[in-house]
Amino acid sequence: MSNLLDLLIAGLATGAIYAIVAVGFTLLWQTSQTINFAQGEFVMLPAFLMLAAMHVGAPFWLAIVIGMLLSMLLLGLGFKMLLVDPMLRHGVLPLAIATMALAIGIKEAVKQFFSAEASPFPSIVPAGDISILGRQVALQSVGVLALAIAAVVGLTMLLNRTSIGHQMQATAQNPTVARIIGIPVERMILLTFLINAFLVALASLLITPIYLAKFSSGEVLGQAAFIAAIVGGFNQVRGAIAGGLLIGVVDNLAAAYVSTQYRAAVPMVLLILIILLRPQGLLGRAEERTV
Amino acid sequence: MSLLNRYWRVALGLVVIAALIIAPMYLNRYGLFILSQWAVMTIAAMGLNLTLGYAGQVSLAQGAFVGIGAYSAAIMTANGMPLIAGLGVAIVLCFAIGWILGYPALRVQHHYLAFVTLAFSTLAFLVFRNESWLTNGIYGISNIPRPTILGYPTNRPLPFYYVCLGSLALVSFATWWLIRSPWGRAFVALRENPVRALSLGIDTRRYTLMAFAIGSALGGVAGTLYAPLTQYIDPVPFNLSLSLDLLMMVIVGGSGFFFGPFLGAMIAVLLPEWLRFTQGYYLMLYAVAVILLLIYSPTGILGILDRYLTERRTKAASALRAVAKSGLEPAP
Repeated sequence: MSNLLDLLIAGLATGAIYAIVAVGFTLLWQTSQTINFAQGEFVMLPAFLMLAAMHVGAPFWLAIVIGMLLSMLLLGLGFKMLLVDPMLRHGVLPLAIATMALAIGIKEAVKQFFSAEASPFPSIVPAGDISILGRQVALQSVGVLALAIAAVVGLTMLLNRTSIGHQMQATAQNPTVARIIGIPVERMILLTFLINAFLVALASLLITPIYLAKFSSGEVLGQAAFIAAIVGGFNQVRGAIAGGLLIGVVDNLAAAYVSTQYRAAVPMVLLILIILLRPQGLLGRAEERTV
Repeated sequence: MSLLNRYWRVALGLVVIAALIIAPMYLNRYGLFILSQWAVMTIAAMGLNLTLGYAGQVSLAQGAFVGIGAYSAAIMTANGMPLIAGLGVAIVLCFAIGWILGYPALRVQHHYLAFVTLAFSTLAFLVFRNESWLTNGIYGISNIPRPTILGYPTNRPLPFYYVCLGSLALVSFATWWLIRSPWGRAFVALRENPVRALSLGIDTRRYTLMAFAIGSALGGVAGTLYAPLTQYIDPVPFNLSLSLDLLMMVIVGGSGFFFGPFLGAMIAVLLPEWLRFTQGYYLMLYAVAVILLLIYSPTGILGILDRYLTERRTKAASALRAVAKSGLEPAP
């Protein structure tokens, strides 16, 4: 049983990071029909930006700030203006393919300009154990979980309690009507891209100390985020959160109890079952099917 | 006008075919390998073009079918059976699995379908890697023999290139015939408007499954050629990125155009090689080129051509109309 608790906490910690990435993914889909196949690479890149800032001599906290700002500039503003805006009117598929090409581009650029090797990355949570309910638990897991939960709660508050959040939701649900009632739709869409860029940078900061900074680490992360988004519900922020946590836990339990070889298969089977039995996701609303 | 056009088209086709037959005689081993790879990938992309471009069903699993074909060929030939037997197994297996994979397409569409096929792709990769008794796991299968055709061994690169080219020609002809058959028209009807297709009496259920099965079977054919081409296979080339690459080839070439996969595979296989002089930057430049192309023309390379031709035809038609209006007889 004790082992199970450790697995659950570690699973929730990685799951919370998946959730953050998946939330960004669903936000982009909701406001601008962008299926971002480069989302995993978006998580991989900010860690390297922070490493580069530290390499120039910035202290860790400043490097984090620089990395976040650069990420919002490149992966938020740049991504929207240079890739999404010119392609959006041509439909979902060409844009999705373009993001696949972007994923290759980011991966290769990191490999070329930084390093092909995995680099260690400092953790913002100190190492060591703390005792919870009389049990020793890695501080790192708890810290990551706490930060991720704080981010998710903050985002949910922003979306549900503030005027800007309501305007963003209106933009996502019906851009035409939103425009008619005077919501600056364009600005709201840009805001979701910036929020996504912030979320991936945060995820990068939290997950890179665990998995090291490597140019190819985006593939696994991106897939986990996709699955989390779909399992939870493609059109719901809280669905993506639930999906992320679920995938994190299932992945960790599968590694321990199924087999390490087929651990990656368990979330996939879950994905196929969910799509076939409940395509709108666990918490999602049924989307109108275009015929 | 259109007659001239047709002559031009036939002439261009003949020149390309002649070039594909003659030019490789002057290429080295590596050049032949790349060209053979182009032919193989074109076959796989044609299968995906059938599923995606004609029947409108997004699939991210074509790479897995290439893998299934390659492993069928490798395992059969390693056990002393001829490649043609491997081909048979690959086609039957991929057709059947493709048919089953088509069932989700009856329930979900678009991005959901893309994700189901993505999950299948990952599962197939795990099976290739983990079922060592069958696939030899991460160590792969080596020394895959090349076939002897009509008593003529194709071990050397040039003859095997002609095997690939010949297979490409056969597959192209079969696909061309299929697209013009009632089946092909049913596929297009399925893509354009499934509800109307159904109301016109087309069994959309059967044709959706059929589109998946035939497209997947072509992936299997490509795999059967891939195994003897590289003579060594392991799970790595058949991971998700091959499926993504194939999808990119179809879209970049021009999805729903017969010649789209030829051009798309050319971009995906040859362009990185041409850019190799830039050393570490070549895949980066390739990615940028693909993005720029898609921004300029989301319908791919053939989309540009199509736009240009339509524009010219419209201009020619309005010129003819102007002539007719002014009271003169239009040119016959």
